[in-house]
Amino acid sequence: MNTPSKWRDLRRFTDARVALGRAGNALPTAAHLDFQEAHARARDAVWSSLDVAKLEEELSPLGLPLQRVTSQAEERRRFLLRPDLGRRLPEGTALPKSLGSIALVIADGLCASGVQQQAPALLSVLVPALIKAGFTPGPIIIAEQARVALGDDVAEAMEAAAVVVLIGERPGLSATDSMGLYITWAARRGSNDAMRNCISNIRPGGLSADFAAAKALWLLAEARKLGATGVALKDEMPSTYRLT
Amino acid sequence: MAFAQHIGTTRYVFPDLKTLLARATPFRSGDALAGVAAESAEERIAAQRALADLPLTHFLSESVVPYEADEVTRLIQDSHDKAAFAPIRSLTIGGFRDWLLADATDSATLAALAPGLMPEMVAATSKIMRAADLISVAAKCENVTRFRNTIGLKGRLSIRLQPNHPTDDPRGIAAATLDGLLLGAGDAVIGVNPATDNVEAVLRILDMLDRLRLAYDIPTQSCVLAHVTTTMRAMDMGAPVDLVFQSIGGTEGVNRSFGVDLALLAEAHEQALTLKRGSLGQNVMYFETGQGSALSADAHHGVDQQTIEARAYAVARRFSPLLVNSVVGFIGPEYLFDGKQILRAGLEDHFCGKLLGLPMGVDVCYTNHAEADQDDMDALLTCLAAAGVTYVMGVPGADDVMLAYQSTSFHDGLYARAALGKRPAPEFEDWLNHMGIGSTTEAIPARLSPALIGLE
Repeated sequence: MNTPSKWRDLRRFTDARVALGRAGNALPTAAHLDFQEAHARARDAVWSSLDVAKLEEELSPLGLPLQRVTSQAEERRRFLLRPDLGRRLPEGTALPKSLGSIALVIADGLCASGVQQQAPALLSVLVPALIKAGFTPGPIIIAEQARVALGDDVAEAMEAAAVVVLIGERPGLSATDSMGLYITWAARRGSNDAMRNCISNIRPGGLSADFAAAKALWLLAEARKLGATGVALKDEMPSTYRLT
Repeated sequence: MAFAQHIGTTRYVFPDLKTLLARATPFRSGDALAGVAAESAEERIAAQRALADLPLTHFLSESVVPYEADEVTRLIQDSHDKAAFAPIRSLTIGGFRDWLLADATDSATLAALAPGLMPEMVAATSKIMRAADLISVAAKCENVTRFRNTIGLKGRLSIRLQPNHPTDDPRGIAAATLDGLLLGAGDAVIGVNPATDNVEAVLRILDMLDRLRLAYDIPTQSCVLAHVTTTMRAMDMGAPVDLVFQSIGGTEGVNRSFGVDLALLAEAHEQALTLKRGSLGQNVMYFETGQGSALSADAHHGVDQQTIEARAYAVARRFSPLLVNSVVGFIGPEYLFDGKQILRAGLEDHFCGKLLGLPMGVDVCYTNHAEADQDDMDALLTCLAAAGVTYVMGVPGADDVMLAYQSTSFHDGLYARAALGKRPAPEFEDWLNHMGIGSTTEAIPARLSPALIGLE
């Protein structure tokens, strides 16, 4: 490549919005509208909702029971204003007991469309791998207006050994389809973030579903030995590690 | 001590100072989340009227967080300068608002007063001020700091160049930095938020930024916004640290949640001073703050988020920082729901910081789950520029690709300077002229050849 001498050559080195040009002190029209489009997509992603029927159809080959719940936040605006309510199941929510299982939660979080797109592919890899590794995957709980800690209520109600929460991540301007995965061993109401391990940025262009599933399994296997996740469990997955 | 106020035939009672302050606060979602907001508009104005009648001297005897329980309260009480306070000691909060707005109250008066002001006095006053009041008074303040250039002079508006990269790639950071320099940004600091708080990664960025600054001979300073302990470790290892960064808050508890206390900050400050890297001055600290962090850390003691925020400025001024900014819209809609709340909070934070003597900037910003957009940011930026904000951020195209939020762009900085007649820091302005920066052109000036900073 030639030595950069033009402003636009800087675009070679970063995905940041460099070398946009100028219309006076403002952005040229095309760059301005590019930004507005990205923001529009991110806004729509925040306010998107899960297509539960479609999820159920895509997850049915896994053969696990599915159950739908909504947090105490009930609707989107309240969810945004009251993170505490998004962490709680309504009192008296009945969930199947699944003693010692790995509870699986699909939560809309701040981007339902993100988890909608990424969760089925990840679970289609992770669930068979869990079974092979001697874990019992629990029912899949599809949770709306839900934050990560809703999984603690789910695990407690099911008496699960651990909970894996797949959740839509806050959309940025460059990614509106990103999913996070949180693992909490012995999760109960009041578990905190220091007790979780997180895999972030699961999406095309980020971490692949296969890689994330492998990491999740590795973490769960280590957590089973340690009896804990979180700060006690360092991610030292060898680069050669594969799903067996 | 309880406070009471009649509105019509209804008598409102506020059991203590922190409740009075909270109920008097213009509505924001974080105070509702904390359960401290007024329950009606009438209760709010009742609290504002009661607050307006409160003598400033009351703040000398009642703290919103107990003295025994909190080192920030102890700092505020123990460092209060009674001589500086003397000119206003007979005033009420309402009388102080009028005094601040009066023509006779000028920059010199306010500078002399600053050590006599407690954060809670300033926060209280802001609660009975409109946006225009907050702008008018802040615009009178001139808080000047120096490291390799002069920041905060009247008629100047500086920009922090924020060239973040999702994987801390040195060439990605260099390209975004050059983009910003070509658009007149970087006089406040070239400051990178690292993607990881790993000492080796931080050392690499520090080294790269220092070489870039020297290659172009820029009269500015650099900073990697790592945790203070990471930066101290980097200094131990001989890294070229200009400014020590730390996020801070307004209670001992929130600072503990950030992994710091006053003693640790003092140690870092001392260590940075021994490096003597500033050519014009020795303001070596850089702090960021933001309403809501104390509630988020469950360390708010039932105090409203804006009052706690003002208390963070007492922590900041203890260490004579080069730069302080509120990251006003970063925290999310559960604390500041929409553009209106972000606008108000940004102007309050700037006003309070300036009155307390700080070189106050604002990260004019929002996240995608807040009810805000570019129009809201333009409004806040314009108001802040009119208020004489010390600096704002400059991010390529307003889109921070590492932190996934929107701040002000390099273009926005140019706009604000042009619209309000502001200029860059004087040394940096000379440098821009010398380097041939400023005209709209595709070719990069030869003196700024990308090859000089490793872009080949």
